[in-house]
Order: sequence, then structure tokens, then C-alpha cells
Amino acid sequence: MSTTIIEVKASLDHNLANPETRQSALSSAQITDYDHRQTVGKITVDNPKMICRNVNVYYAEKQAIKHVSLDIGANEVIAFIGPSGCGKSTVLRCLNRMNDTIPICRVTGEIRLESEDIYDKKIDVVQLRARVGMVFQKPNPFPKSIYENVAYGPRIHGMVNGKAEMDELVRASLERAGLLKEVDKRMNEPGTSLSGGQQQRLCIARAIAVNPEVILMDEPCSALDPIATAKIEELIDELRENYTIVIVTHSMQQAARVSQRTAYFHLGDLIEIGETDQIFTNPRHKLTEDYITGRFG
Amino acid sequence: MVTSLFLSLLLLSVGAYYLGRKRAFTVANGHIRNLHSLPSFYGSYTALWCLLPALSIFALWVTFQQGFIIDLVVAGMPPELRNLPPDQLNLVVNDLKNLVSGNFVSSAPDPAMLAAADHYRHLRTLGHTALWVTVLSLGILGVVHAWRAISPNLRARNRVEQVVNVFLIASSTIAIFTTLGIVLSVVFESIIFFQKVPISEFLFGLQWSPQTALRADQTGSSGAFGSVPLFAGTLLISGIAMVIAVPIGLMSALFLSEYATPKFRAVAKPALEVLAGIPTVVYGFFAALTVAPFIREIGTSMGLHVASESALAAGLVMGIMIIPFVSSLSDDVINAVPQSMRDGSYALGATKSETIKRVLLPAALPGIVGSILLAVSRAIGETMIVVMAAGLSANLTANPLEAVTTVTVQIVTLLTGDQEFDSPKTLAAFALGLMLFVVTLILNIIALQVVRKYREQYE
Repeated sequence: MSTTIIEVKASLDHNLANPETRQSALSSAQITDYDHRQTVGKITVDNPKMICRNVNVYYAEKQAIKHVSLDIGANEVIAFIGPSGCGKSTVLRCLNRMNDTIPICRVTGEIRLESEDIYDKKIDVVQLRARVGMVFQKPNPFPKSIYENVAYGPRIHGMVNGKAEMDELVRASLERAGLLKEVDKRMNEPGTSLSGGQQQRLCIARAIAVNPEVILMDEPCSALDPIATAKIEELIDELRENYTIVIVTHSMQQAARVSQRTAYFHLGDLIEIGETDQIFTNPRHKLTEDYITGRFG
Repeated sequence: MVTSLFLSLLLLSVGAYYLGRKRAFTVANGHIRNLHSLPSFYGSYTALWCLLPALSIFALWVTFQQGFIIDLVVAGMPPELRNLPPDQLNLVVNDLKNLVSGNFVSSAPDPAMLAAADHYRHLRTLGHTALWVTVLSLGILGVVHAWRAISPNLRARNRVEQVVNVFLIASSTIAIFTTLGIVLSVVFESIIFFQKVPISEFLFGLQWSPQTALRADQTGSSGAFGSVPLFAGTLLISGIAMVIAVPIGLMSALFLSEYATPKFRAVAKPALEVLAGIPTVVYGFFAALTVAPFIREIGTSMGLHVASESALAAGLVMGIMIIPFVSSLSDDVINAVPQSMRDGSYALGATKSETIKRVLLPAALPGIVGSILLAVSRAIGETMIVVMAAGLSANLTANPLEAVTTVTVQIVTLLTGDQEFDSPKTLAAFALGLMLFVVTLILNIIALQVVRKYREQYE
């Protein structure tokens, strides 16, 4: 795989040709930096798991994501940060085609999982989602027992033979999600009876159970208290051994704690991407600096 | 007479409203901010003081006036009339009333009666004048009271809202008291029925034949009041209806909520609900004139014996009728399942139908059960279709091709036409009504409980 830095031209010409956009851009305080919207930093990695090139997302006529290109390395945790509405969740949802469930949403460009183009017509989106799992902002356990919540995925994919194997898989998944000790005696209680943090770990166990390659996490801790958050962050760090993790977060501390690489999004553009340490200690783009120093966002 | 007084009082209260408002401006020296409440509240306050006391006296007066006048007239009658036994006195009073209102009387009026009638008319005119004077002066007194009470510190807004509160409470209790009244009237008649027919025979008897001989010399059966065949018939027809309505309703609900495009849904859902708007009489003759002969023809061609009025025809059409109950309510509860449940399932690689089968339906099940139970109680209480299409013979059978009868049909046949309200035949209708009421009430309570439990799960 090529390791050269790929420069992505932002389609600014097109924007300047449109007087309306230009006017709103002029009234914005960030106009000076906004003129150069190429991504700053190295978008590629040595052993990529997923590759996005020139990805655009439209909601009806409105363009939500503009020419985003980045690599997601195998067994790394990459954090997407940025102010609300910057499109980081939209990019995340492109990675397992969850955007397909929104009728007005349209995605162009190229996204590859290993070497397969996931937007290819031949791809079975159901299989793709088994390979690229997802954990949502709000814990969303099914109204079933704890056991059945975890067994759900393996059952629909026919991953196990017999009850004994299923028991083993469910226990192993809960163990990996660090939840087994707490729920061992109450496997048949409803998943909704757990606390918020436990529910979120149940959702992670549920995602792990189908043995995905990539796990997408959309602000997984935003509905949790600090202790539950700490537990999830610890878990993310452990999961990195076996999975590639993409996490969207509003908490910069969290991004700094759990991720190896960080991508900063702003109004649908990927502004800067790089090693997490570098982004937080020495941001190269003015917008990134403004954001992480808390000047806006 | 009474109407014109009522209208005058209303007019007076409108005047009172403006007076009160003006007074509020005056006491506030023209600055509304000096007042506790907005001027319109002072207006309403005055109008209420004008209306409420006067209206309550008005109502009392109208209720008791006639009895009072009659007492006075009777007291003024000659002793030979006055000392008649009560039932005969009643007849005299009736004659008197007829005489006063110019109707026919039972015999030529004698002078005593004519004098009494004059007395009556005189008292009535007097009463009306007194009523006018009392009511209007009470209204004016109320206005005067309110006028004097209005000051910047008067909490007119709170007072008015208290009165509104009382009105709201009264309105909400009307429905409750009506239900209570219906229940009591049915219960009392049923008690009389159960004195004539043992309750065990009614509940467990297998024979329904309510014809009773009115006179000793009349030919006729002594009557059999076993309600089991009726409830069995009701159950059979409702069962057939549910077999039609539940799958079709549920599947159309699933299609509408999960698969249909918004455009299609916007057209299809109201179209489906039109079914609920068709009068049941129309369903009834559709069942009797179109469906029943059709079923009979098919059955005969297959060598089956089909009654011309079959449970199947009534059940089928009733099933069609309650499809919208099932589909519309189920559609709502399926839509109420949070999107995050669907997302969670899709994100695990589940297809749409797996998501529906394993996540949506279990999550929405309590609500769906609730909607089905509501549809069942609707089916049990349905009358028109079964009257026209199910027949009258109280067969105890499970064969849907035979004619059966239902509880509602029997109530209708027992109570149509001239009835004597002391024979068990007529009273049986009330006992049946009571049973039906209890059954549907239980079903409704279960349904509401189930639906409530479901709501708690997601809020």
C-alpha cells in the first residue's frame, strides 16, 4: 500500500463561484484559514483496515461531508472530534452503511474495508455490518434478557451450533466487555434493568459477539457518568488488541486518553488528522487549535 | 316564558362583563399594571356574580314550582276533593293539569274543578312574575356586589379560574355518572330477572328459548333462559372475525410502518381507516346479501350444507370491519418502538424482516395485544352485522356454516316492539346486557393495563 501523503484538494473554487456561500464565509471569523481546506497531516497509515477516499455525503441537496479522505489503521483506536454538526457521526455511519436507512442520504467516493469497496453493488450490506459493528450514543439494549441481547447477533448469523456453544460465546463476549462478573447470576433479567453504564457495556458485548473486525462507537459515553465512562475507556483500550475501533467523541480528554490517532472535522471538512499526541500538543491548523483550546465548539 | 327570562339574564351578564371591565379601568386609574389581574378577568368576575346565583335560584324554582303550586291548589280545594285517597287525588290533579293546559279531560268539569283551575292559573302567573323579579334582582345584586368588590388587589383571575375549575370537574363527572346510571339501571332490572329465573340456569343453561306464555290459557313454552348458546355464538363469530382481522391487520400495520414509502403510507393509512367509517348497517347488508349467498353457493358446490344465514358470513364481514382497529393501533405502537432499537439490530447485521420478527414485534407485543383486545371487545359488542347476517336460532354449535345467534342479536329481538316489562322474557335482555357489559369491561381493563405497561417501558 502506498505510503505517500495524498493531498486532497478542497473544492473551494466551486464554493467561491457561489456568491451565497462566499458571503456567509466572509461573515465568518475563520475566513483566513478557511481558504485552505486541504486536510493537514498524514491521512495514510502503514497497515490500513479501512480506506476512505474523496467521500462526499449529501442529505437531499445539502452536502454534509466534503471530500473526506483518511485511512483507519488495523488495531488502532482513531478518534473523530469536532464541533456539533461537523459531520463526524455522518462519516462514522458511512463506514458500515448505516446511512442506507436514511432515504434522502447519498454517498459518493470510495470506502474500502481491506480491499473490498463497501459501496459496491455486489456487497451484502448485512454481511458488511456483521464485520463492522456499531455502538450507539444512547445505550439501546433490546427489550429482551441480558443473555438474549448478546445471543441476538450470533443467532441470526448462525454462528454457533447448539446451546452449549452459544452459552460459551455469550459468556466470552460478556467477559471481554467486562460485564460477566456483574451479570453472571442474572442472565435472564431484562437488559433494560441494568444501569446506563452496564447497558452500554452490554451493547459492546452484543457487538463483539458477532466477532466484527471494526467497531464504530458514536459518542459511547455521552450518556454515562464519569465512573462508567472510565470503565468503557479502559475497555476500549483492551479491545484494541483484537479490533479496530473508530470513536466519535465530544470529550477531547477522552480522545486524548483512548486514541492513537485523531481526526478533526469542521463543517463537513476533514481539517486535520495525525497522531493524537501531536494533535493535542501541537496542532498544525488554526481551526484545530481553536477547537482544542476551547475557543469554540 | 322561561326562555325569555334566561335570555334576559344572559344579556344582563354581558352588560355586567363590560361594567366590570370598565370598573377595573376606573379603580386602576387607567393603568392596567396597577391591577392584580387583566381587566377582562374583572369583567368575567362580574358576569359570573351576575349569572351564578341567579341561575341556581332559577333552576331550583323551575324544578319545584309545579309541585308547590299543586300543593297550594289542593289545599284550596273543597274538602270532599282534598280528602280523597292518594291515587284518586292523583287522577284529579291530572284532570286539573289537562284542564289548565286546554287538553281533553276525563269528564265534564264541575265548578269545584273550574275554580281550582282558575286558582292554579292565578298562582302560576304569580309564580312567574315572582321568578322574573327574583332572578333579575339577584342578577343585579350580584353585579352590584362585584362592582363594589373590584379593587386593584382583588384576585379576579384566581377567582374566575376557580369557577372554571368547578365547571371542568362537573363536565368530567358527567360521563362517569352516566356510566354509573347505565350500570345501575341494568343491574336493577337484572336483579328482578334473577328473582324469576335462577342465576345458575341463566349462566349454565344450554337452552335458550325466551318465549313465555302470558296467560294461563295460552299455548307457549314456559321459556328457557340458558345463555350458553348465545355466548357460544358470540364467541364463534368473534373468533372468526379475529382470525380474519388479526393477521390482515397486523401485516398491513407492519407493511405501513416498516416497508411503505411515506407517500404510499400517506394514502394507504387513511384509506384503511375508511373501513372503520362505514356504517355497520352497510356492512350488515353486505354480509347478508353478498357474502352469505356467496358462501352458500361455494359450500353447496363442495357438497356441504350451508345455512343461508351462517356464522361464517357474519364473522368474515365483521373481521373486515375491525381490520382498521387492529392495523391502526398496531401501526402506532410499532412506530413508537424507538428508532435506536432498529439501528441496534441493523448494526448487528440483521435484515429488515429479522429486525421485525425478533426486535420490533417483541417490543411492540404488549401494545399489539392491547389493540387486539380492544378489537375483540368491539367484535363482541357489534350488533348490526349479526342481526342481519347471523340469524336468530340459538344453536349450540361450533360449525361456522350453521346459523347461530349472539347476545346482542337476542337483546335486540327481546326489546323491539311492544314489551311488558314484568315478564322474564323482556328482563332477560337486561341480564344479557349486564353480562355483555361485564365481559367487555374486563377485556377493556386488561387491554388498557397491557397498553399502559407497554408505555412505561420506553418513557
